[in-house]
Amino acid sequence: MHRRVLPAAFAALSLAAAPAAFAVTPRDTVVIAKQIDDIITLDPGEDYELSGVEIATNIYDRLLRYEAEDVSKLVGGVAEGWTVSPDGKVFTFKLRAGQTFQDGEPLTAEDAAFSLQRVVILDKTPAFLLDQLGWTKDNVKDLVKATAPDTLEFTIQADLAPSLVLNLMTSIVASVVEKKVALAHEANGDLGNAWLKSHSAASGAYKLVAWKPDESAVLEPNPKFRLGPPLNKRVLVRHVPETASQLLLLQKGDIDIAQNLSPDQIASLAGNKDIKVESFPGSDSWYMSMNVADERLKNPKVREALKYLVDYDGMVDSFLKGIMFVHQTFLPRGFLGATDYAPYKLDVAKAKSLLAEAGYPNGFELRLDARNTSPSTEIAQSVQQTFGEAGVKVSIVPAELKSVLGIYRSRKHQLLLVNWGPDYFDPHTNADAFARNTDNSDKPATKPLAWRNSWYIPEISKETADAAKELDTAKRVSLYEDLQKKVTDDGPFILMFQTAQPIASRANVSGFKAGLTEDLSFYRLTEKH
Amino acid sequence: MAVRAAAGGGLPWRGVGRRVLRTLVSMVLTFLGLTVVTFFIGRVIPIDPVLAIVGAKASNETYDRVRAEIGLDLPVPVQYWRYLEKVLHGDFGTSVITSQPVLQDMLSVFPATLELSIPALLIGVVFGVPLGVAAAVNRGRWPDHLIRVVSLFGYSMPVFWLGLVGLLAFYAKLGWVAGPGRLDVGYDDIVAPVTGIITVDALLAGEYGVFANAVQHLILPASILGYLSMAYVARMTRSFMLGQLRQEYVLAALAKGLSHARVVWVHALGNVWVPLITVIALTFGSLLEGAVLTETVFSWPGLGLYMKNSLFNADLNAVLGGTMVVGSAYILLNLISDLLYPLVDPRARERP
Repeated sequence: MHRRVLPAAFAALSLAAAPAAFAVTPRDTVVIAKQIDDIITLDPGEDYELSGVEIATNIYDRLLRYEAEDVSKLVGGVAEGWTVSPDGKVFTFKLRAGQTFQDGEPLTAEDAAFSLQRVVILDKTPAFLLDQLGWTKDNVKDLVKATAPDTLEFTIQADLAPSLVLNLMTSIVASVVEKKVALAHEANGDLGNAWLKSHSAASGAYKLVAWKPDESAVLEPNPKFRLGPPLNKRVLVRHVPETASQLLLLQKGDIDIAQNLSPDQIASLAGNKDIKVESFPGSDSWYMSMNVADERLKNPKVREALKYLVDYDGMVDSFLKGIMFVHQTFLPRGFLGATDYAPYKLDVAKAKSLLAEAGYPNGFELRLDARNTSPSTEIAQSVQQTFGEAGVKVSIVPAELKSVLGIYRSRKHQLLLVNWGPDYFDPHTNADAFARNTDNSDKPATKPLAWRNSWYIPEISKETADAAKELDTAKRVSLYEDLQKKVTDDGPFILMFQTAQPIASRANVSGFKAGLTEDLSFYRLTEKH
Repeated sequence: MAVRAAAGGGLPWRGVGRRVLRTLVSMVLTFLGLTVVTFFIGRVIPIDPVLAIVGAKASNETYDRVRAEIGLDLPVPVQYWRYLEKVLHGDFGTSVITSQPVLQDMLSVFPATLELSIPALLIGVVFGVPLGVAAAVNRGRWPDHLIRVVSLFGYSMPVFWLGLVGLLAFYAKLGWVAGPGRLDVGYDDIVAPVTGIITVDALLAGEYGVFANAVQHLILPASILGYLSMAYVARMTRSFMLGQLRQEYVLAALAKGLSHARVVWVHALGNVWVPLITVIALTFGSLLEGAVLTETVFSWPGLGLYMKNSLFNADLNAVLGGTMVVGSAYILLNLISDLLYPLVDPRARERP
């Protein structure tokens, strides 16, 4: 023991002598600081949290993909090509030859079929993505099959456009898991779920080395990845909850990329030669919803008036600068069918006259439920101020996100400020939320956003369903344009902003692009010079 | 009363036995009380634990299934009884956030908090007590004012702000200490966790580089927490000492010709150790509860951060587990204080 104590004492003493010896990050390791406390699992059959999906995007290859090289083009992933039967019900995928998993075992159609079945059987959060194809625990094994070692075939039981089904096959649920490994770690019939939470059995660009909840995730390249090995040797995603700490770490070079800096922190980096800032569009929509169960908000004139009482440009030019831009339709820019239709701007006089027409010349009082963190708080305060100019007194009720969502799902709000992110890269995901409500009872099968605001819309819902199954893509686009206009004009949503993602990184880092959605955030082209 | 009569046989070991029994009963009751309060608070907070698991987009069917799975459809007393049964078998359930058994989570977050709290407490006591004594002795003169200002500052500054300013100065500008986190990236995963306290594990493994790096990361957050503890300990020591210095025995001792230093540091300070031990134990307890804000600023994955996350996500098992750990820590500290009293106060020795 003595022998150990002495060097330890020296080590302690040497601390004072050599203080500035802190390493910059190792050259072949990319260190990303990010708030990752939302991750509860990295099993692609269960993973549905934003940070978790981003990490799984880099670990698991999917049936089809939008690749980092061109994120606007649908290409084969595990599958090389595909065919769709004339009636749009049977999809056949031909897998690429010679693919292997991270452990060197060959990847077959059996693995692909198992992975899709597994999502439906596990019935965790992302299962609804595949449920909409008409798949259930009881029928999925018959409907999804490997017909040859390199051929996967499945049948859908719902009326959906092939482009929508193919887009679903680029989402997290189409990740291909190695069947043998998953089953080898099965416990209590969980298809390997418990084990796969923190291990990987994948064929994508990376394998998972370790995930420590609320602390870090470490990825190392899969040298056999079909597009070639990544440009770095290790990616460490570190949970740094406080953004000011992320900023300091970046300035000191202890991390390479900071993902959660606030607008003023980004601004403070201007002129710093060691750091560069790039902005990428995100796909979250920020909106305020109006519950039409409320007698006043049921009045279309009142809803229109409130849409004229938001200082869209003022917010974007001040506290939202660089993190959001004005976008007043439900499809984010970058999605099929997105438009830049934006009819509203702050116009107090017009709002006042609309309120007078509606019978409220002196305004009224409303409650606004909003999340208690930035930038929700600031947006809520801005709204409170501009609504006040037309006599609409807003009292803000700040709360944790989970409790705001609880209020929303039980329709107990009047006004509610929240954001919405698409589930997969297809317009139907948002249309299905904003423009569908055919069952306005208190216990519907699902609770789309239109339902949460008691906006009962049988005709518009039908248009949404029609758009989802339209085989002709040009026609499909025009259907979505029409739907968006209707929702923006008459709907119970004040659609305000789309997110942008400012990413600050060390100047020697290249190739990191934040994706429009988490399914499009790739680590493999990031390198350090 | 019957118990007292029966046990009061006069033999010393009987007294000890009674004390141990009393302590055990109060421990069990405290634990029960803890679980009851935490459990019922957990059931009335406005966050829906089911939503925390299934997400906002889940169908009603999934929602109802998960609700039944975690037993929320049962009456609350039944839920409580089930929970208690499991806890008695050592099963604290699984955390929603980390998907790991809560017990395992505790074994990783509690050592992180311990690593931060022990140095902080040492700093607090080693500096706080002498400063408090010095302030009391110099009451109303400049050393007193200076010490009071220093401790008032520590008492009233938001720890969040202190942490960020500390990082800005000593990490970003001066480069004297390491930044947020417990280790630099290059030192991660070198030492396998044994105790979970990185400095100790590094020494056990003989990895002095890791040890040095861990200490560099530890210095700043521990000093800041230590400063806050010091402020409290110094204030309390000062007021206890003032009470003693007013007593007649001090005058008598001085009149008898004892040196001023001896009177102050041995006689007067000797008499305030009992309340002071309580203060120190409480300080340690509050450090162990986890300094949420410090842990946030310094990305320190300790108990405070864990509990905060669990609370905000309605992760009831994790909250209950954490509360039990904090509760046990307090009970243990109480026990230790009880054992220490006789060492510093002869009167306490004679009590059975």
